[in-house]
Amino acid sequence: MSMLGFLRPDGRKGIRNVVIVAYLVECAHHVARRIVDLTDDPDVQLVGFPGCYPNDYALRMMQALGTHPNVGGVVLVSLGCEGFKREALAAHIAATGRPVETIVIQQNGGTRSTIKRGREVVETVKAAAKRQAQPTAVEWSDLTIGTICGGSDGMSGITANPAAGRAFDRFVEAGATCIFEETGEMIGCEGPMAVRAPTPEVATALIECVHKAERYYRVMGFGSFAPGNAEGGLTTQEEKSAGAYAKSGTSPILGVIKPAELPPSKGLYLLDVVPDGEPRFGFPNISDNAEIVELIACGCQVILFTTGRGSVVGSAISPVVKICSNSPTYHALSEDMDVNAGRIIEGEASLDDVAGEIVELVRRVADGEATQSEALGHREFILTYKSFEMAGPGCLPRL
Amino acid sequence: MTTPAVILLHPDDNVLVCCRPVKQGEQAAFVGGVVEVRADVALGHKIARVALHPGDQILRYGMPIGSATQPIAAGEWVHLHNMKSNYIDAHTRAQSTEHS
Repeated sequence: MSMLGFLRPDGRKGIRNVVIVAYLVECAHHVARRIVDLTDDPDVQLVGFPGCYPNDYALRMMQALGTHPNVGGVVLVSLGCEGFKREALAAHIAATGRPVETIVIQQNGGTRSTIKRGREVVETVKAAAKRQAQPTAVEWSDLTIGTICGGSDGMSGITANPAAGRAFDRFVEAGATCIFEETGEMIGCEGPMAVRAPTPEVATALIECVHKAERYYRVMGFGSFAPGNAEGGLTTQEEKSAGAYAKSGTSPILGVIKPAELPPSKGLYLLDVVPDGEPRFGFPNISDNAEIVELIACGCQVILFTTGRGSVVGSAISPVVKICSNSPTYHALSEDMDVNAGRIIEGEASLDDVAGEIVELVRRVADGEATQSEALGHREFILTYKSFEMAGPGCLPRL
Repeated sequence: MTTPAVILLHPDDNVLVCCRPVKQGEQAAFVGGVVEVRADVALGHKIARVALHPGDQILRYGMPIGSATQPIAAGEWVHLHNMKSNYIDAHTRAQSTEHS
């Protein structure tokens, strides 16, 4: 059952050795993208934040991503006049011992010169990250695994999501950390969820964050429910929620964390992805990748993504495993899917069989095997404005 | 193995979920009964297990997932046209076209 990964100078263990190139404002996006495209290395990946005005959440997210266990080095691409606190970001990353370089377009002679300079800097950082990455045995207890659903249908809650939930139970039992999310898709499930909390405080925190999500989505006018969900047979938010909730499995829910917070222990956590305070910046998560990025910022080295309609996305930094809820979609998009949970409804496999398949695939992916989305070059990334208060002590277990 | 037409997910449920596309007039058997399908219904969609009345809670997984807004006959398709959320509206592509 051995897995081989990379030991970082801060003691964390990654399963990929990625160099991220991060644009710190949309104005630097083109230059950063050209640097990544011309480098043409699947482990040199583009991330970034488009806004010009500073945002604490975006800074925390970029700090968490720049020090992620799968990340071996970082190149920051700044225009020069944007509000992003690039020095704070670089200092935070450097403090973990990872190589980090900042290039500023306004100080490098413009677009062409900065792309050229950026390519040289990437090679330097890549070489440093390669030298630094110590091959190391990875145990289940070194892994943080996240789960998300996207393009859910009427089968998701019967096949793919409960299979992912059973895989989650096995990961937790083996000593891993697991994170499930989208409190807007727990609307209607807050009661059953609270029963799984270890303390009354955590139970209250679980209920509160779902109520907050409901208030937030009500102001937005819609729930976390896309037209494709309805076309796939789901009719209401709470129906979708009941299916989505099955991904969490049956382990105790130890606490509620916010984006870019690391779970304080092994075990299962809920990630609260809905902003705090009055709605300010629009929809909580404008697409699935916004949530995937937040799971990764909480330390997830692998993501389980269940889908019914057929999502094709992957992510920068961490591999995404696609679990399809039904055979017609699986066959229609077989080049994008990793696991066919539709076999459950056809009587060809049990939930436990598919859960076992997911666990074994995660082991191989943690050992270096590429997922379908990874092999296809999917490296989606999105980060937008949000505001959060960090989780209070009542949201976390008493350790 | 052949795929069953519909599945009853919980003994309390008043809807069944289609495990494959079903045809109008088909006798759809499930553990605990059989229902005559009243319309062609796609994979993953729901049909009524019993007759439902406006205001009835729709139960799936043994839990309410919304309430009926119309009288619904056993075997009829149950979806946006005859039930609604107890919490928050769903949006569809049809709605967004009407509004734009």
